[in-house]
Order: sequence, then structure tokens, then C-alpha cells
Amino acid sequence: MDQDDHSETIAARVREAAAAHTPLMLAGGGSKHFLGRRVAGTPLAVGGHCGVLHYVPEELVLSARAGTPLAEIETALAERGQMLAFEPPYFGATATLGGTIAANLSGPRRAYAGAARDFVLGCRLVNGKGEILHFGGEVMKNVAGYDLSRLMAGAFGTLGVLLEVSLKVLPRPEAETTLVCEQDETSAIELMNRWAGRPLPLSATAWSEGRLYVRLSGPAPVIATAAAGLGGERLPQAEKFWSDLREHTSAFFTDPRPLWRLGLPVTAPPLALDGPEIVTWGGAQRWVKTGIPADQVRAHAAAVGGHATLFRPARDAPPAEDPFTPLTPALHHLHQRLKAAFDPAGILNPGRLYAGL
Amino acid sequence: MSDARTTLLAELRAALPGDALLTCEEELRPYECDGLTAYRALPLAVVLPHTVGEVVSVLRLCRTHGVPVVARGAGTGLSGGALPHAGGMVLSLARFNRILEINPLARSARVEPGVRNLAISEAARPYGLYYAPDPSSQIACTIGGNVAENSGGVHCLKYGLTVHNVLALEALTIEGERLSLGGHAADAPGYDLLALLTGSEGLLAVVVEATLRLLPLPQCARVLLAAFDSVATAGNAVGAIIAAGVIPAGLEMMDRLAVEAAEDFVHAGYPRDAEAILLCELDGDEKEVAVALARVEEILKRAGASGLRVARDEAERQLFWKGRKAAFPAVGRLSPDYYCIDGTIPRSKLAEVLTRIAELSREHGLRVANVFHAGDGNLHPLILYDANTPDELVRAEALGAAIMELCIAAGGTITGEHGVGIEKINQMCVQFTPAELEQFHAVKRAFDPAGLLNPGKAVPTLARCAEYGRMHVHRGELRFPDLERY
Repeated sequence: MDQDDHSETIAARVREAAAAHTPLMLAGGGSKHFLGRRVAGTPLAVGGHCGVLHYVPEELVLSARAGTPLAEIETALAERGQMLAFEPPYFGATATLGGTIAANLSGPRRAYAGAARDFVLGCRLVNGKGEILHFGGEVMKNVAGYDLSRLMAGAFGTLGVLLEVSLKVLPRPEAETTLVCEQDETSAIELMNRWAGRPLPLSATAWSEGRLYVRLSGPAPVIATAAAGLGGERLPQAEKFWSDLREHTSAFFTDPRPLWRLGLPVTAPPLALDGPEIVTWGGAQRWVKTGIPADQVRAHAAAVGGHATLFRPARDAPPAEDPFTPLTPALHHLHQRLKAAFDPAGILNPGRLYAGL
Repeated sequence: MSDARTTLLAELRAALPGDALLTCEEELRPYECDGLTAYRALPLAVVLPHTVGEVVSVLRLCRTHGVPVVARGAGTGLSGGALPHAGGMVLSLARFNRILEINPLARSARVEPGVRNLAISEAARPYGLYYAPDPSSQIACTIGGNVAENSGGVHCLKYGLTVHNVLALEALTIEGERLSLGGHAADAPGYDLLALLTGSEGLLAVVVEATLRLLPLPQCARVLLAAFDSVATAGNAVGAIIAAGVIPAGLEMMDRLAVEAAEDFVHAGYPRDAEAILLCELDGDEKEVAVALARVEEILKRAGASGLRVARDEAERQLFWKGRKAAFPAVGRLSPDYYCIDGTIPRSKLAEVLTRIAELSREHGLRVANVFHAGDGNLHPLILYDANTPDELVRAEALGAAIMELCIAAGGTITGEHGVGIEKINQMCVQFTPAELEQFHAVKRAFDPAGLLNPGKAVPTLARCAEYGRMHVHRGELRFPDLERY
């Protein structure tokens, strides 16, 4: 075993914590620390458990230890003309593979290529009993047993400590072009949906400050044909535009008010939330800066069949008590039973997602 | 019959309309098995509810009386997932066959679980949309069953499995509690129960409604047929196509035995002198397809293809596919019996595993025809044998076991798309450790503490693993012989 393999140490720490009923706070790169609830627990550093284990481009599969820096993975893929198609946000240079999957965060390409969870093929994890378990694998089709590796995506480490993750990777598109045009929000949302119903090489859409942005990806002649049909102007420095949007580094995100992430049905109309808004993912994700109370934001989202996450609290404000949309009582109860099935002592990141989980 | 069961039937009679409860043997007989007919059992009763309220009543009554419930769609599954529990209830969702809504702008379809897979694409076609997962039985199989099995098809490499194409589920727990999972809004809060339910083989909850993602129909599709003089070369060519950045809509492979059988059966125009052929379908914009086709031709030539043909028109494209889709019945004509394996391996191991399968075939003295979804690494080796020849069945089983173990050893899995059901339950003991199996059981208990939903399927008890053995599929007993199986 090489020096970067800390599987046994991590498992032993979890076993000790389970025996002593001592909560653990999983600590990877710390780049997503702002997201979710605060965990009162002993830090369990997992960032040192790192390294790409297996990458064969012909297989479209990459397996790496959870502590591997996301940047290292994306660099390795880029060298072979491939990519993580869910275009993960980093939110900091220290972002790791494990944290990216645990938070199930996806970038601009998500509406057209899939979310982080869609690319999970398998994982090794330590459950709350300190057992090292392996689910899924490195193959594209696998229906043996419940899909517990995909379940880890978005579980924020509350069901298991990720040790290794295998992801499906995809070829990078040959070319990309972003078009921009003036458009009001309502028409922009409708256009995004109309375009998505046609066989166009879409890879990202956004609306912000009266402008509609659409990114096309694929072979150059295909993009040229599609671009001619869509109209608008070519956006210079498009790569920076999309990465600023993904990393929350554009001017919009400097507003001191709380940042809300709304997940809405793609055709939902603009919501009156008293603050600036960015529409992404073909209408499915809306970023809103607003100071109105959480229950009102959630009521607006729920009224159209959506949900709302307090992604970042107001500048200098303490962490939110309930950043994620509360679950129905039936679902909450089921979540508690599932948590107990993986982590009977309740020691893995307790409360990171919801109180009592 | 136990008192509990007598009481249950009386209460079901009171709770359901007269046509929703079947109890006499001749009515139960059609439900005794699914597409895997080697296993049969008569249930206590079959219920055919009309409404979700009636399903709730059935589940609650079964829960109260401790009677197992096996949910059933069209019964076309190949792993015995819908095999009744003797003395238990079969819950047929056949009457939930309405497409509730097609939303062309949001590109979604909201359907009841008993809607046939193909019916969804048919309903979406006027809007230029379709539902991508296309299991070979799509003309008959239902969406509830597709969700239970996480069904695939020919196009999964590019368009994903069922789990990638379901937006929301309405499901009932064994307690009759309704759960709304996922939604029209992306990334629903909480654990990804939508993913957990998909492929859970009816052990966790009963799906009563599904909302599915629809995709725009591609402008055009073209297929290329490549011949090779060894299976290893063909296997390496698959990797070469993907490494070059091309994701074909379908990438299928057949070896010489399968090619000859298909040619004899449907005259698809395959080269009989090839040791293996690849069918590579490319779809999209016409220009895009033309560019990709030229690239694939170049790659295949370099990879050692001995012959290349692009289907000249839609009729020839259909003919090329007809041969592939008829491969199972065609192979069935070569031998009285065959045993179908459903393993998946990493693509880079294709050549190695195929070479090893050929060696194993010689060692065991039985022919193996290879037909498979090469792009996904999903193998369907068909072991030919004659159950009437002494010891051939035993040798077929031994060979099957060796091939499954080969798949696991190659870093793969015992089932890519047919599910574990009852058929592969023993092989689960090989693929997973006792602690992993126990984790599956703990998840099951979180949903269904009494273990009443489809008990005895998908995940073996540790006691069963101790008695591990292997089973087989008898060709003569494959139901729905008119359905394509590939």
C-alpha cells in the first residue's frame, strides 16, 4: 500500500468514534464548508487520502481516492481530451473529488449532460460502523444490488466516508461557441425550453441582466450551422463568462445579501423575490440575491413546484439553521431510518444536511 | 390456508371492486412466472387495483397480516424479479396504463406505471421528442418494471439508463405511505431516493407514477458494419472508437457463431467469413453524422477491420439491426438449449475476456456465441448445450459460472441489465462481501422492516450464500418468444 492510502486509518477512526459515540466532522479540502449546516464534531481529515488510481481513456472511466484535488483530476482528463461532463464548481482551489460528489454540485453543462450523481459508477466508502464497503464499479451498466454509490452523491458525508469514486468521463467537445442576445427574462426562459426540444448541440444556457447566453459544443461545422440558426452575437471571452458563473466570481455574487439557489421546473415563470436573479440550466436553476425571509423564498419556490437552498448567508451573517428545504414528515422519517441503516451511532457529519440526520 | 390469509382475502374482497381480486387457480396460473419460466410459484391471490387508493388498501392489509407482496408490470423480466411468493400477493399494476401528461415545452411525460415503454415514445413523437431508454422488450415492458430494473437498451452509452431519464416518482411504502421523490425541479433536497428506488427490483416501494425526461429526436441515424478476422481485434476497435472521442448511439458486437446463426435466420447481409462484426450507429445532425462516420471508418480501418459497409439507406440500416436483434432466437436454432449470461466488464478488457471465453468454451467442450452491447461492455455470451445429452447441463452451468467469475475478476459485474431477481441471487455472494450484503439488507429494512416487498429476491441472505449454487435459463422455457431479446 502506498503512503497516500489511508483507508484503514480512516476506517479505524470511524470504528473508534462509533464505539465512543463521538461525532466526526469530515474534512476534505474545506472548499464547500460554507454550504449546509455546521457540524459539531471531531475533525476527520480525509484530504490526505488521495491519488488517481485508474484512468484508461478508452473506458471513459476514472477512479480516484476521494481526497484527490479536483484540479488534478481535471488536468489528467484534459491531457487526454476528456472531461467531467457535469462541469463541477470548485468554490476554492482545495476542492476534492469526495467533496464534489458528496455535495452533488454541477456546473453549467448539467442541464444538457447530467448532474454529478449521473456520472457516479461506483465507490468505496466507510460506513458508520467503520466497515469498508464497495458498491457499483467501473462499468457503465451494473444492476447488481441497490445503487448505493449514487446515493452518496448529495448525502454530504452523512451516510458514509467516501474513500474512492469511479466516474464516467466524456470526450471534450471539439469546439465551443457562446452566443448572446438581448432578451427579457420570461422570453429567455421560453426560448431555452424551445431550443432544448430541438436537436441542437446545446451545452449551457443562462440569462442575466437582460441578456440571454447560449453555449454550443461539438464539431465545428455542427456549431456553425446551429449558431446561424439561433442568431445573436458571439460572446468574446466566453470561457471566463461560464467559469465566473460556475465559481460565483462574477459581479452578481458580490452583492452582500443572502444567495439563494432555487431549483424550479424548467418552465417556471420569473419569481418576484425582490432581488437580482440569474437563470441557468435551461430554467431549472435560478440564483437570487434577496433579503426577504427564508419562508417567503421557499413559499414562492414551492408554489411553482420547486425548492430553495440558502446557498450562502448574507455577508458576515452566521450560518443558516436550515439552509436546505425541509423534507415532508414522511420523507424525513425515511431519511432518519436510512441514516441509521448506514450510521447507527449517528457519528458521520451529524446535522450537516438536516438536524437529526 | 392460515387464518391470517383467510382474513386478508375477506378484507380485500370488502375493500376492492369484484374485478380486482383473483383467487382461483386458473386465474392465478398466468401470473406464476415472468419472462424467466424456469421458476414458478402460485401466489395466494392476484390483485388488479384501479386506483392508487386501492393500492394503498392492498399494501396496508398485507402489512397488517404479514403477507408478502410482489409488484408486477408486464412480467417480461428475465431474472425472475416478478416471480410470485408462494402464499403471497401479486400486485399487478396493469390497469395503471394511462399517459397522464406530455409536456412538450418542459420535455417530460407523466405516466402511470403500467404504461408500455414504447407507448411513451409514440405519444411523444408528434412533438419531435422520445423517451431514450429502449430495452429490447420495449413493445411490451412497462415503465414501472423499467424503474424497478433500471433498464438499459442499445442506446445507453450515449443516452443513459432509466436512472438518468426519470425526473420524479410517486411511490408507496409497504405502510401505504405516499412518497414524492425527485421532481420537475433539479436536485431535489435530501438523499437521492429517486436513484435508490431505480433498480431496487420492487424491494423498497411500489411506484404508482413516473415523470420521465423526453429528448429531441435526432435528425438522422446511420449504421456502419465492420468485419474483423479476430474477436480480439474487434474488441480493441471498440476501445479505439471511444478513445477517439466518438460516442456512438449504439455499438454492438457479434462473433462468428452468432453472425452465422443470424445470417441463416434473417439474411441481414453480414459477412460469413468474419470472426466478429461490429455495428456502429451514429446519430445527430446530418453533418455531424457524416463527419463522425468518416472518422469511425478511418479508426476501424486502422484498428484492422477487414471490411466496412455503411448502410446505404434506411431499409438496409433496419436490415443490419434486424440481424442483431434476431441473434438470440437465431442462436437458439443452433442448439436445443442455451444459457444466457448478462455480465458487464470494463471495455478495455473486452479482447482479453473474449479470448478467455473462447478458451473456456474449448475447455468445457461447449460452443459459446457472443452477442453484446460492446459500447457498454455488457456481454451476453450464449452457451449452447443439449439438456438431453447426459452431463451437458452440468458442463453448461460450470462454464456459465466460470464466465461470471471471469466478469467479476475483470472488474465487472454479474448483471448489466437483466437484474438479479431470483436467477443470479447466488452470484451476488461472489460479487459482494457479507458486510456489503448486510448493508443492502439494512437499507431494505429502512423501507420495509418486516421484509414484505418482494422478499427473497435481489439480495441473498448470508445463510443462502453459505449454500451457494448456480442455475441456468432453459431456452424452451423463455416466454414471449415473439419479443426481441438482445
